[in-house]
Amino acid sequence: MLRAVGVAISDDLFDVIPKAVRLEGGLNLPQGLTEIELDSQLRALADSNEPATSLVSFLGAGCYDHYIPSVVDHVISKPEFFTAYTPYQPEVSQGTLQSIYEYQSMICALTGMDVSNASMYDGATALVEGALMAARVTKRHRVLCSPTVHPEWQNTLVTYADAGTLEIADYPAVEGGLTSLPDVAAQLASGDIAALVVQSPNFFGGLEDLGELARLAHEAGALLVVASNPILLGILEPPASFGADIVVGEGQALGNPMSYGGPGLGFFACRSAHVRQMPGRVVGRTTDVDGNGAFVLTLATREQHIRREKATSNICSNHALNALAASVYLAAVGQNGLAGIARASVAKAHYLRDALLATGKFTSPWETSFGYEFTLAYEGDVAAMHTAMLDHGFLAGVSVADVEAEWPTGLDSALAEHLVVFAVTEKRTRPEMDAFAQEVASL
Amino acid sequence: MTEKLTHTPGMAPARGPRELIFELGSPESRCVEAAPLDVPLTSVDEMLGGYGRKVAPVLPNVTELEIMRHYTHLASMNFGVDSGMYPLGSCTMKYNPRINEDACRLPGFAGLHPYQPEETAQGALELMVGLSDALAEISGLPGVSLQPAAGAHGELSTLMVFRAAHTAKGDPRKKVIIPDTAHGTNPASVTMCGYEAITIPSNEQGGVDLDALKAALDTDVAAFMLTNPNTVGLFDENILAITEAVHAVGAYAYCDGANLNAILGKARPGDMGFDGMHINLHKTFSTPHGGGGPGSGPICVSDELAPFLPGPLPVEFEDGSFGLGWPESTIGRVRAGYGNFGVMVRAYAYVIALGAEGLTEVAEQAVLSANYLKVRLQGTFDVPYGPTCMHEFVMSGGKQKRESGVRTLDMAKRLLDFGFHPPTIYFPHLVDEAMMIEPTETEPLEALDAFVAVMIRIAAEAASDPELVKGSPYSTPVRRLDEAGAARNPDLRWNPSTGE
Repeated sequence: MLRAVGVAISDDLFDVIPKAVRLEGGLNLPQGLTEIELDSQLRALADSNEPATSLVSFLGAGCYDHYIPSVVDHVISKPEFFTAYTPYQPEVSQGTLQSIYEYQSMICALTGMDVSNASMYDGATALVEGALMAARVTKRHRVLCSPTVHPEWQNTLVTYADAGTLEIADYPAVEGGLTSLPDVAAQLASGDIAALVVQSPNFFGGLEDLGELARLAHEAGALLVVASNPILLGILEPPASFGADIVVGEGQALGNPMSYGGPGLGFFACRSAHVRQMPGRVVGRTTDVDGNGAFVLTLATREQHIRREKATSNICSNHALNALAASVYLAAVGQNGLAGIARASVAKAHYLRDALLATGKFTSPWETSFGYEFTLAYEGDVAAMHTAMLDHGFLAGVSVADVEAEWPTGLDSALAEHLVVFAVTEKRTRPEMDAFAQEVASL
Repeated sequence: MTEKLTHTPGMAPARGPRELIFELGSPESRCVEAAPLDVPLTSVDEMLGGYGRKVAPVLPNVTELEIMRHYTHLASMNFGVDSGMYPLGSCTMKYNPRINEDACRLPGFAGLHPYQPEETAQGALELMVGLSDALAEISGLPGVSLQPAAGAHGELSTLMVFRAAHTAKGDPRKKVIIPDTAHGTNPASVTMCGYEAITIPSNEQGGVDLDALKAALDTDVAAFMLTNPNTVGLFDENILAITEAVHAVGAYAYCDGANLNAILGKARPGDMGFDGMHINLHKTFSTPHGGGGPGSGPICVSDELAPFLPGPLPVEFEDGSFGLGWPESTIGRVRAGYGNFGVMVRAYAYVIALGAEGLTEVAEQAVLSANYLKVRLQGTFDVPYGPTCMHEFVMSGGKQKRESGVRTLDMAKRLLDFGFHPPTIYFPHLVDEAMMIEPTETEPLEALDAFVAVMIRIAAEAASDPELVKGSPYSTPVRRLDEAGAARNPDLRWNPSTGE
């Protein structure tokens, strides 16, 4: 090769780089490893973690420890899927394209919406894209976000707003664990709100009154953007039925490992009337020259590689392999299985809540309906309780005070410092929950 | 027509269109269910406060065997790096080492919850610190945030950092300059960050037209975005003059890191005067593209900009333990969690496996292979820029179009018949009938020679039998598609009520 190219050593090819910017002396990094050394180093790092999956975990808040059917990883590990690029050459990408079409169909089934895109990075960025899309549709730029939306997602929305073209309206209050409807109505009265952004179940686990929120938003000419939990949508009335215009969420729970918070996937669905304002890729069905059915990336004139600065979003890479995992998961559990998993999680969460209240160590800050995540107030120091329970092998929920350190939840801080958000998936057992309640009671 | 193949090498023979997964199985079919319930369950609708679902969502009901057959069939209609050479310019489709796949699936990594206490995630945090340090060394830019999920996300995040830094100086600016060869994500990110995108023309060598740049620069310019090596595969020799001109008006220089593979261990964007960049772990650092993602787009910035980085970030404390922290003047979050950790594990494994010398050899071999292809093909195709390219080069199908009416698109489709993924085509726009070819360092000489032989053969076919090339591909699971029809009458989901 060197001879064909006409250089003595390959380093000569780098003579086109001006001397002043050449790196002399090489990178200051360690020498390479053999595979056996690499394997041992990586295992040592992994083994020094104590993962939630090896403990009894009641952590949730957007990232959930649901059972992942074995078949999911076997499918997504097929190299034809995971070593492929974006399906820009449809003739040799029908596998990816059909699987995305099926994914879109499943997300529509869960959310009740007309169309879904091919996935986004995560729930937080999908929520921001929902707000941005609402701004394009309504030609307004103010966003009214509920303080019960996941604090990290609110933080993300504000980062995008600060840098871009959105403005965040004053937050409504949290009332009884839910978004204050009178505050929402008062804010919407300005008549210039593009999107009302809510989450249901919300960060604290409570189910919001989506019907009323939709009515208020639509009366004011705003779109309703709803973040939802995809597992619960197996048994929860879909946001579309209440009038949601855009439904987003974190899809990790559908067959993806928690993986320290990423990669999961953001799902994004909307009404067909707004499809040309939708961000991200989308797959459509068509035919080839022989009349055979086939799939192809479509409506590309919304996207950055065609529209450049006028694109609906800058997104290029999405989370296709995670979306494939979500599809395989939904196929594996099926219509009945998904409802069963959701029901089991809900029943167990209600069981744990009762058990914790029975210890006398917890009180309920409010009475809301909830799915498989709920919030209680601990009578003592939450951090000390967490440490003590970790010694017994329990991850005792998410401390609202810890989350407050990053982003205010809008609650009275004297209350917030005692609040813990518990999540219970179908993986938890009654003996685990009984043992947890017993240990807490003995603190 | 014996020249037509029956099926694409590297792929299973087409078996015709596949049913949708919704059309398989039966209402009784089962794969996986929840364990028997061990707690009381009265009324779910009551538990859900009356918000219970009236009609179940229409999802497949299939057995595990039906799932495996379905996706095995779909996989057989897909082409990946493991199927054959994938010389897709600017996408760096290199081999994905399998041990990296094993590593990210280790329970100690895959089973971590983002809210578990830091003391139970020390190995993960140490890995993130190690990856951040390595990226700082490779880029020559000391401030690193692993948060962004993909390249475009990294671009946007860095522009947000620039905006915050300008605002902190009391000098918010309005415009960002990009060359006409920029990836589409660049101008799209500029708009999302609330700036106006100003496009400047490239010079005759495909590089930055320094005069055009200087004419566009003023004190309202927040940044200039540049891919270096650029999209035609050339290292911009004026790079120091470019970044100096950008700095002279108080703007920041941004490096789109899509082409970092070319200069690993040879030159560093920080030393070229860039203030910030993103790195595509799913290109340079061998993590798989997954049919479109997930990627990971860490950003690296100068000391001056580091306080503005998005967080939280992994930190090493003085006692040698690890945790998470926030930069002093952070722009905030750009997503939930700490970034695409599973992708970071793969990239970290790649970096420590190769080490300093191995990474440098990656650049050497990637550049040598690209130059080899260029030399072998330049007698057959027009190659507008030269003499030496970096990791990729652009050639033109203009000669074939003029002489036989065969377009680059046709030749790209014909490549599929021979078991090669086509190059990136019709980009950059300034080259007529462009083909952007990036072989990567992992393709063996035999594959490069086979690619050359097929390209030369296709050029000969274009001359002798243009209709053969224009009608291709013949051997793929489906043939050319009605893309206009797909966009005119969008069919974007299976409709459960009609079963279509």
